[in-house]
Amino acid sequence: MVSIENLHKKFGKNEVLSGVNLDISEGGIFAVLGPNGSGKTTLIKSILGMVIPNQGEIKVLGKNIKKQSEYRNQIDYLPQIANFPNNLKVKELIKMIKDLRGNSTEDNHLIELFKLTPFLDKSLGNLSGGTKQKVNLVLTFMFDSPLIILDEPTTGLDPIALIRLKGLIQAEKDKGKTILITSHIMSFVEEVSDEIVFLLEGEIYFKGTISELKMKTNEPDFEHAIASILTENHV
Amino acid sequence: MFKILKYSFYDLMRSRWSYVYFAFYLLLGIVLLFLNNDLSKAVITLMNVIIVLVPLIGTVFGVMYYYNSKEFTELLLAQPLKRSSIFLGQYLGVALSLSMSLILGLGIPFIFYGLFKSNAIWDFSLLLITGTFLTLIFTALAFNIALSNENKIKGFGYAILLWLFLAIIYDGMFLMTLILFEDYPLDKLSLIGTMLNPIDLSRTLILLKLDISALLGYTGAVFKQFFGTSFGLIVSFIMLTIWVILPVLRIVFKSKRKDF
Repeated sequence: MVSIENLHKKFGKNEVLSGVNLDISEGGIFAVLGPNGSGKTTLIKSILGMVIPNQGEIKVLGKNIKKQSEYRNQIDYLPQIANFPNNLKVKELIKMIKDLRGNSTEDNHLIELFKLTPFLDKSLGNLSGGTKQKVNLVLTFMFDSPLIILDEPTTGLDPIALIRLKGLIQAEKDKGKTILITSHIMSFVEEVSDEIVFLLEGEIYFKGTISELKMKTNEPDFEHAIASILTENHV
Repeated sequence: MFKILKYSFYDLMRSRWSYVYFAFYLLLGIVLLFLNNDLSKAVITLMNVIIVLVPLIGTVFGVMYYYNSKEFTELLLAQPLKRSSIFLGQYLGVALSLSMSLILGLGIPFIFYGLFKSNAIWDFSLLLITGTFLTLIFTALAFNIALSNENKIKGFGYAILLWLFLAIIYDGMFLMTLILFEDYPLDKLSLIGTMLNPIDLSRTLILLKLDISALLGYTGAVFKQFFGTSFGLIVSFIMLTIWVILPVLRIVFKSKRKDF
């Protein structure tokens, strides 16, 4: 689905990614984990072509993405911080994205699911953080793409919305889609993900299932397993 | 690109500032016509205002729009759209809405005053055409500055400096050179110097079209010989077009290499 070879990225003198090699097979939920500043978002933005790597090759669905834009039709992306144009109404934003990407019939169902109907005529600038995140989720899930990338999807969500989100993710997985998630909520990661990718200092430190990680670190608990990697490496 | 253009344009048309800008020109047009009571004279006064004000508004608006729509841009970047179409669409959205405010704001009062029956119609059209060119040029320059500077304050600073340089400082330096080298033949040099600054170029173009070049003495005659002919007019418009194309190309080039 996604293959990354020897990916390097520097921002000024700060080397964020230093030789990432990663292969993500089709189908399943992959969690990208790592401490703050380990390059998770940079990695995701490189896949999306928003960050231009200094070196290395990224292939999505077998095609090199360098200087391409069409391949993003195959990706649904949920950005980390839901920043939308403030003077736009929710309804208008949804309509605009549909206009740019092609039609979708899922939006009404999703608006219903996250109870967004009363907010449709409000401008995005007046929404609370959680409601913005729900709009963000609607925009992401309303298209039917084989690859879904979610950057911190749980931010600001109330418990009901969180349950709905988990249901959505599960449903997409059952359709055979590939889902890439970053999150700091370990319980969420443990619950939804099939495999984890652990980034540390710009490189991939571990890739495998959660039980493999527990075995490797000799910790019975997932949260402690992650913590033990971090303390061992003095991060 | 046209979808982005449509949304940027629509977004700006709803913003208060477009109306303020439009209303300002409307008022300016009405007041000038009322005070001068003569179309040609009003055109001259208008030129002095437009030559300085249009570049300023173009730069400030361009930089402001770029920084303000950062979120919108990031949203668009994750969509299957080419970077060049995102940025060119936004640029054209800003430049065209500013040009429209200018053309409509000034056009309406002049038309009501009887522009179509007067001889000033060509001078007035030339004024609007150069005004549109200046908007296109300075908005493009502003986008360049904003693309190269993440820091808003720095971006604004450079944009204002650029305007100050081309609108005022350049003229000062130009005059100083003319005085310093007054013993030499300077007509070619001053022609080239005028060509290299879009504000000077527009001013000269309009002044000479207005047939007041006699006021400029000998230099005026040389300029008239050049700018007054259709050859000079064509060269000037080519120069203005180059002034639009170069910064636009840099927008495309720069946006392809930028991280978001």
